[in-house]
Amino acid sequence: MGLIEDAAERVGDEINNLKLNVQDSIEAMDHEYAGSLYDTILTTKLGKVVGWAQKNALWPATFGLACCAIEMMAMANSRWDAARFGAEVFRASPRQADLMIVSGRVSQKMAPILKQIYDQMPEPKWVMSMGACASCGGVFNNYSIVQGVDRVVPVDVYVPGCPPGPEALLYGLIKLQEKIMAEAGTDKAKKRVA
Amino acid sequence: MSVTEQGLLERDKDTMTLNMGPQHPSTHGVFRVILEMDGEVVETAEPEIGYLHTGIEKTSENKRYVHVIPMTDRLDYLNPPGNNLAFCLATEKLLGVEIPERAQALRVIMCELARIASHLVWLGTHALDIGAMTVFLYCWREREMVLDLNEEISGVRMMTSYIRIGGVAKDATRPWLDGIRDFIDYFPAKVDEYESLLTKNPIWMDRTQGIGVFSREEAINWSLSGPALRASGVNWDIRKSRPYSGYEKYGFEVPVYQGGDIYDRYRVRVEEMRQSREIINQAIQKLPTGDYKTPDNKVSLPPRETLHTSMEALIHHFKLVSEGVSVPKGETYVPIEGPRGEVGFYIVSDGTNVPYRVKLRAPSFMAIPGMCQMMTGCYIADVVGIIGSIDIVMGEVDR
Repeated sequence: MGLIEDAAERVGDEINNLKLNVQDSIEAMDHEYAGSLYDTILTTKLGKVVGWAQKNALWPATFGLACCAIEMMAMANSRWDAARFGAEVFRASPRQADLMIVSGRVSQKMAPILKQIYDQMPEPKWVMSMGACASCGGVFNNYSIVQGVDRVVPVDVYVPGCPPGPEALLYGLIKLQEKIMAEAGTDKAKKRVA
Repeated sequence: MSVTEQGLLERDKDTMTLNMGPQHPSTHGVFRVILEMDGEVVETAEPEIGYLHTGIEKTSENKRYVHVIPMTDRLDYLNPPGNNLAFCLATEKLLGVEIPERAQALRVIMCELARIASHLVWLGTHALDIGAMTVFLYCWREREMVLDLNEEISGVRMMTSYIRIGGVAKDATRPWLDGIRDFIDYFPAKVDEYESLLTKNPIWMDRTQGIGVFSREEAINWSLSGPALRASGVNWDIRKSRPYSGYEKYGFEVPVYQGGDIYDRYRVRVEEMRQSREIINQAIQKLPTGDYKTPDNKVSLPPRETLHTSMEALIHHFKLVSEGVSVPKGETYVPIEGPRGEVGFYIVSDGTNVPYRVKLRAPSFMAIPGMCQMMTGCYIADVVGIIGSIDIVMGEVDR
C-alpha cells in the first residue's frame, strides 16, 4: 500500500514539475511575441503574404454613379492601365468584388442601395471615395446629395478632384495598397474578416 | 401539385417582374427599369429615375449666373461645353450682348470636340454592352487625345467651364491649336477603324438591325431628338435649322437614315463624328482674329492691365467680381444641338444677379419614355442594346 502511494506521489511531483516548466516557457514566449497565437512567426508571415496577394488583386465593383465613373473607366483603359496594379477586373456583381470605388455624387435615394451593395460584398473589403462629391458633397451642398459617402459606409481612401484624373485615382489605389500592406498580419486585418 | 405551383398557375397575370438597375453595368449610370417579362419577351418596361438627383436646377436659383456654369458642366458630363454654351446663350440673349466671331469659333471647336468625345464614349460602351470589347479600348485611346486638348485650354480634362457669359475663358493657345490640327489629321483613319470592326460585322448586324425600331411618326410623337431622331428619317438638326454661334458659316452634312433601328442610330453617330471633325477643320482654317470675349465690361472683366490706369475699368472689375452680372427682367429659352439631341435652357430672370428659375430641357430625359416604348415586345437581351443606342446620361436625366 505504501509502495503504491509513494509511486503516485512521485509521478504527481513530476507532472507538477513538467507543468511548471511548460508554464515558464509559455511565459517566455508571451514575453517575446506579445501574447497571442496570431502573432507568432508563422502566422505573421502568412498574414503578410495574404495581404500582399490581396493588395495586388483588388477587384473593384462596377459602381459608376456620375461624372467620376467616366474617369474611372479611363483608369481601366489602355493609357492609364489599372492592370499594372492588378485592379482592372471590374465586377458587375458585388459578390465578386472586394473594392468599392464610389465614383460620383450619392443622392439620398441612392444611399440605401449603396449600403446594400456594400453589405453584399464579401469580406475583407475596402472603399475608395472618388471625387469631391463622394468625399464631402462637393459643390452640391443641398437637400439631395449625401454630404460624404462616409456617412453611409466606412471609407479607406479619399481621392479629391472634380473629377479626379485617372492618375489621381491610381495614386489613391497605390495608397490603398500601402494601407493593406501595413495592416497585413495585424489585428486590423483580422477585424476586416471578423 | 404543390400549393406554390397552384398559386403560380392561379395568378391573374402570367408574367414575371424583373428589376434591372439602378446598379447595372449596362444602364449607363443609375437608371432603373422594371420589366414585365412574358418568357423572354418584354411586355412592359417602366422606368424609375431619380437615383442621381442632384438638385442642380434648385441650387442654381441661389447662385450667380457665372457660378451656375460649373454646375451645368455636371449635368450632361459627356458634353460639358454644350451645356455651358446653352446656358450662356440663354443668358446672353437676355443680356443682349454680341459675341465676337473668334469667341464663337472657339465655342464651336470646343462643342464639336465634346461631341466627338461623347460619341466615342457612347460607341465604346455601347459596343461593350453588346459584346465587342476591342472597340472600347480603341475609342478611349482617341478620347484621351480630346481630353488632353481640354486640359491644355482649360486646365481640366472633363469639366472645362471654358465657355463663359460673353465669350470664352481664355484665348486659344498655340499648343492647343497645333494639337487640334494633329488630331483632325489623325482622327478620320480611326473612325474607319471602328467601322471596320463593326459596320459589316455579322454579329453586330444581327444584334442591331431591325431591333428597337421607331418609325418617323413614332420618333416625333415620342419627342426624340438628336441622332435617335435622325436615324428615323427626320432631317432635324438645330445647328442647321436654327443656327447659333455661327454654325451657318460651316459646310457640313447632317446624316439621316431611314431604318430607325439600333444599327441606323450607330451609323448616324459614326457619321456625325466625321462631320464634327469637318467642322473643326473649317473653324481652325479660318479662325477669325479679334477678341475672345465681348468688350462690354458690364458682362466680361476688363483687361488686367487697364485696372491701373482706368478708373472706369476698376469699377467694372469690382462690380463684376463682387456682384456678378445683373440680367434684365425677362425669360427666354435657347436650344442647341448636343450629342444626344436638343439641349436647352429656359431661364427666368427677375432683374437681379441670381436667376429666378433655371430649367434644363434634357434630351436624355425626353427620350426615356420613347426608349421604354421601344423595349416593349423585344427580347430581354436587346434591352441593353436599346438603352445603349439612345445614349442616355443620367446626370442630365435626374439633374
